[in-house]
Amino acid sequence: MNTKRHREWMKSRAEVRLAAHNREWMSKAGAFWFALLFCSFFFLVPARLPAQTEAQQKNSCLTCHSQLDAPLHVDTQTFAESIHAQKGITCVTCHGGNSSSDDPTEAMSAAAGFKGAPQRKQVPTFCASCHANAAYMRNFNPSLRTDQYSQYLTSVHGHLLAKGDTHVAVCVDCHGIHDILPPDDPRSSVYPTNVAETCGKCHANAAYMKVYKIPTNQLTLYNTSVHHAELVGKGDLSAPTCSTCHGSHGAAPPGVKSVVNVCATCHVFQAQLFDASPHHDAFSSLGLPGCVTCHSNHGIQAPSDAFIGVRKGAVCLKCHSAGEPGYDAAAKIHTELTNLDASVTHSRDILSRAEQAGVEVGQIQMDLDQARDDLTKARVSIHSADLKVVDQNIEAGLKVTRATYKAGQAALAQASYRRKGLFISLGITLLVLLSLALLIRKLESGPHF
Amino acid sequence: MVLGMNTRASDRSPNRRSFLELFLGTGIVASLISFIYPVLRYIIPPKQAELGANLVLAGHVGELKPNSGKIFRFGSRPALLVLTADGKYHALSAVCTHLGCTVQYRPDLHLVWCPCHNGKYSVDGANISGPPPRPLQEFEVILKGNDIYAQRSQNS
Amino acid sequence: MSAPAKIRNWLDERFGWDQLMAFVRHKTVPTHRFSYFYFLGGMTLFLFGLQVVTGILLLMYYRPTPDGAFESVQYIMTQVPFGWLIRSIHSWGANAMILTAIAHMFSVFFLKSYRKPRELTWLSGMILLFLVLAFGFSGYLLPWNMLSLFATKVGTNMAAQVPLLGHWILVFLRGGPDVTGATLTRFFGFHVAVLPGLATLLIGLHLLLVQRFGMSVPPTVEAEWKVDPSKVQELRFFPNFFLRELMAWYIALAALGALAAFRPWELGQKADLFASAPAGIRPEWYFMFMFQTLRFLPAKVGPFAGDLVGVLGFGAAALVWTCLPFFDNDKRGRGKRWIAGAGVFALTYFVGATAYAYLVAR
Repeated sequence: MNTKRHREWMKSRAEVRLAAHNREWMSKAGAFWFALLFCSFFFLVPARLPAQTEAQQKNSCLTCHSQLDAPLHVDTQTFAESIHAQKGITCVTCHGGNSSSDDPTEAMSAAAGFKGAPQRKQVPTFCASCHANAAYMRNFNPSLRTDQYSQYLTSVHGHLLAKGDTHVAVCVDCHGIHDILPPDDPRSSVYPTNVAETCGKCHANAAYMKVYKIPTNQLTLYNTSVHHAELVGKGDLSAPTCSTCHGSHGAAPPGVKSVVNVCATCHVFQAQLFDASPHHDAFSSLGLPGCVTCHSNHGIQAPSDAFIGVRKGAVCLKCHSAGEPGYDAAAKIHTELTNLDASVTHSRDILSRAEQAGVEVGQIQMDLDQARDDLTKARVSIHSADLKVVDQNIEAGLKVTRATYKAGQAALAQASYRRKGLFISLGITLLVLLSLALLIRKLESGPHF
Repeated sequence: MVLGMNTRASDRSPNRRSFLELFLGTGIVASLISFIYPVLRYIIPPKQAELGANLVLAGHVGELKPNSGKIFRFGSRPALLVLTADGKYHALSAVCTHLGCTVQYRPDLHLVWCPCHNGKYSVDGANISGPPPRPLQEFEVILKGNDIYAQRSQNS
Repeated sequence: MSAPAKIRNWLDERFGWDQLMAFVRHKTVPTHRFSYFYFLGGMTLFLFGLQVVTGILLLMYYRPTPDGAFESVQYIMTQVPFGWLIRSIHSWGANAMILTAIAHMFSVFFLKSYRKPRELTWLSGMILLFLVLAFGFSGYLLPWNMLSLFATKVGTNMAAQVPLLGHWILVFLRGGPDVTGATLTRFFGFHVAVLPGLATLLIGLHLLLVQRFGMSVPPTVEAEWKVDPSKVQELRFFPNFFLRELMAWYIALAALGALAAFRPWELGQKADLFASAPAGIRPEWYFMFMFQTLRFLPAKVGPFAGDLVGVLGFGAAALVWTCLPFFDNDKRGRGKRWIAGAGVFALTYFVGATAYAYLVAR
């Protein structure tokens, strides 16, 4: 036997056995570690379990109160969806007591710190105990305002409440009690599209408001307004509702002097022009409420050219009568607006006729848009009550309409250039027809019977 | 009797015949030219190529300085091409969604602004202030060589 | 040998050119008081050729999609040099061709040119008339404006009236249950491929048959000529009749050019699939008599829907009219008198209902 070779052979066999053993061991070890890793996955990766709130833990308050009738009834589902429940603020946080006890006497004992439902007069301070505490509110929403209570104290509601009138609105009247939702939730009673209805719960109730001797038609009027149409009808959240002009927590009607400022937050140009106009001083001296004088406050309609002028239905007639400079100015302004409007339509007509005839007028039509912009600006500039200011826009617009009208005429004339071309080809055709006729005559002028 | 069988070309005087032939020949050639000329001009494509209703040439690279805008035509409506300070092009419809005035780019505000009622939009078209109820329609900007195109989405 | 003679020789050796030319040279056209009606067939052919040429030119710029159709026609009308001319000639030419086709049909009817042996000529001609109407109907949708959209809706709705197959026909025509972009694609396919192909075949057959049998002479004139053969008058087709026909074609082209310049075909408003029908929707003039008839009919005729009666009635009338030569088999060769009477009624009704629809009904 070749010992050396045998030894080498043995060695290689041993290596193979070792390798196989290693492989087996490694596969077993690998399987073990893999299994360990796999299982730990479930422990190391935090499972997405819902936050364990008090509401999902035992709440004996709801167990009973969900079965009771009004005014002690609290709906479990509604409360669970409310913002307080979502943040872990439940029954005992506000009312005190013991929510783990099923015995009502024990749960609602003074020993357990039970406070009961606050009286109406106490509601603002009750809510403010958290909501005016900036440090506390920072734990939940650092950007949430904490001045609602101090604002409330400045409001008509706050003043009357301080005098002992519990008829007025307190926090829960607008926000709800156990069903409070954040104001940006469309289901909330204070979401912009719902605000008017919420205010109307009292303010539109003639019987309820009888003692205050203020009108109760604001909601009805507002619902006919252009602001309502934009906000509720078209979902444009930038349109105003009650709280936009009156304030929400510090709710009070804007004073006669400050109405313009309120409207000016959106209607900037009109307010600027008005402030510079003779109407500003005139209205102040007469104690007239700025914009509201002409546009009214709650039932604001979209204005038309008929709004201004001296014809029936124009607001200028409320103060101005024939012979006054104001009357003449109003009449002139109206005439100019309708003139420019008609001029724009006139140009548009001729351009569409040219387009129908097949002439390219897209650029001219775009130029005409400038005139329409000028008309829109002119309609804003009437707030200056100054014919010169209005004239600037009107003249700019008329310049454009005159130019586009001429361009429209030129376009139509271009169509007529075709007629010249046509007459030339007609002439040639006549030539051909004539010669054909003569040729036929020649061909057939042989002897015939 | 069949007309035309007995005509003898030699019967007519050469002058009259050649005059008639010339007349007819000229006429027919002239009429053919008056037909062929418009057809030839028609076949040659016009310079203003039709890209379709949804694609428009908005401008050329280098035409706008950074932080400026220009109005261009999209179909028969105005549109706005903006080059922001950081070198990005935006193309928007320039018809204000409030009452239809033509908006403009305000370099001082870095915003799109409507002079009629002070409406403001971001350069993406989002309505951020004032009366406009909806954003401005945004167009896709396509750069090809030196040309800047604005494309309207088919799904709009 | 001169060059033209060499070419003639080359063609003759392969295609029998000389024989063909001899036929052409000997072809004659009978001349009598009704001869002017012989122009109508050639005029229709000329107008068809014009439609093909202008149609091919329009194809260079037209886009058959809802997004592009209206805009491309606008482009043709306003940006392409002489685009307004080509497009207006095509639109006016279509109406002219339909008019001459109908006039040709009625003149053949009243001059009794459909009699033996020309039955197949009449048959192919009637099919051509239906094809021409289909051309008009399919082409009308292509500019994709409001009028054409709703005219197509109304027109295809009539197809649904056919019993049993009505719904399938409607879906086939529209490319779906409603008139949409799919309809436009389909109508475009019909208008530029299917119908031209069929029309070319049938025109070829129709012309071949006309050459085969020569021009028919109306029975009254035939009788006169039989009595007195010296009265027979004929005209050589080439060059005499052809020169006259050429004059007519020039006049037609000049008229169409004048219409294009003075009354360019309008663009209308782009079709909006979601808009409601604008007031005054009606089909083109050549369908008006059917439209007016349906308006005349009451909602119910006995147990049947009025519209159904109308559609089936017209279908039956078209079938009878097409099979006319097989009814008029008067051995004496004069034709039955009542057939002429029926023709007068048909023509009067066609003209009368159309006039009524435009002048009286609003």
